[in-house]
Amino acid sequence: MTVLHRVESESGVADTATVTAERHSPLEHRVAEFERSAVHGPRGVRLAEEPFLTQLDLRMPPSGTALRAVSEELGLPVPAANRVSGDERQGLLWLGPDEWLLVAEEGRAGELLGVVRSAQQGEAGSAVDVSANRTTLRLSGPMAREVLEKVCSVDLHPRAFSTGHCAQTLLGRAVAVLWQVGREPEYRVLVRCSFANYLADLLLDAMAEFLPG
Amino acid sequence: MLLIRCPWCGDRDEVEFRYGGQADVDYPADPERLDDTAWGNYLFVRANPLGTLTERWVHTAGCRRWFSVVRDTATNEMSPDIPSRRESR
Repeated sequence: MTVLHRVESESGVADTATVTAERHSPLEHRVAEFERSAVHGPRGVRLAEEPFLTQLDLRMPPSGTALRAVSEELGLPVPAANRVSGDERQGLLWLGPDEWLLVAEEGRAGELLGVVRSAQQGEAGSAVDVSANRTTLRLSGPMAREVLEKVCSVDLHPRAFSTGHCAQTLLGRAVAVLWQVGREPEYRVLVRCSFANYLADLLLDAMAEFLPG
Repeated sequence: MLLIRCPWCGDRDEVEFRYGGQADVDYPADPERLDDTAWGNYLFVRANPLGTLTERWVHTAGCRRWFSVVRDTATNEMSPDIPSRRESR
């Protein structure tokens, strides 16, 4: 996949430092493999990459006014521990007592950085564009939970983990952010770009038992 | 698999954590006055009880926060290190 990538300036103003370059996602060479490995039906499970999602790492004191202001500006409540507020288009993930990850659709980093930084004005805190740090795998289908359970020690049963929950944990040997986005179940797995191939291998292997024949 | 309770993330597999040794080892107030033995003791000598020990752990593969727990070295039972309990130690 070749897309035009706009590098945006720190102030969030796109026009001042617009650069175009070819951009490649870590798993773009495996699209055909993902399609071949997809299983449909009542015991189905599918894997796909959602590349280039906007990700901002936000650090702020949990009791400060900056956090309230950011939350109001974004229109997203502050999520409780291990939870996500918002939805797939714009979600705020809890990463720690004073750390959150804002995940949004591609190309919104500049705009959202501007919003967050102006809301943080004068308060301790930071907002950093970490979109290039991780890519996103999407695992969905009725057997998605069974597949994840092979590589993850977190309790993923619906009584403990459901839509709107997230966890930073190990999948196999790789650190990842796991986020359940739908009831099917449907998960987003945010993983470092350099671990993406490893994790794709691991998940495809775990999915193999559901392939027909 | 042992479950360790991270005070922030909840119960997680032990492999997500790293051990930080005995807790509450204070840096000497006057390090320049210590002789080699005292400095060596500060650096290397730690309590090794059969029983409870307050320890530092870090949730490396999760929230990356450090925290203290009280662990029974005989049974591996862990309980949170509650500051109010510190006075009695």
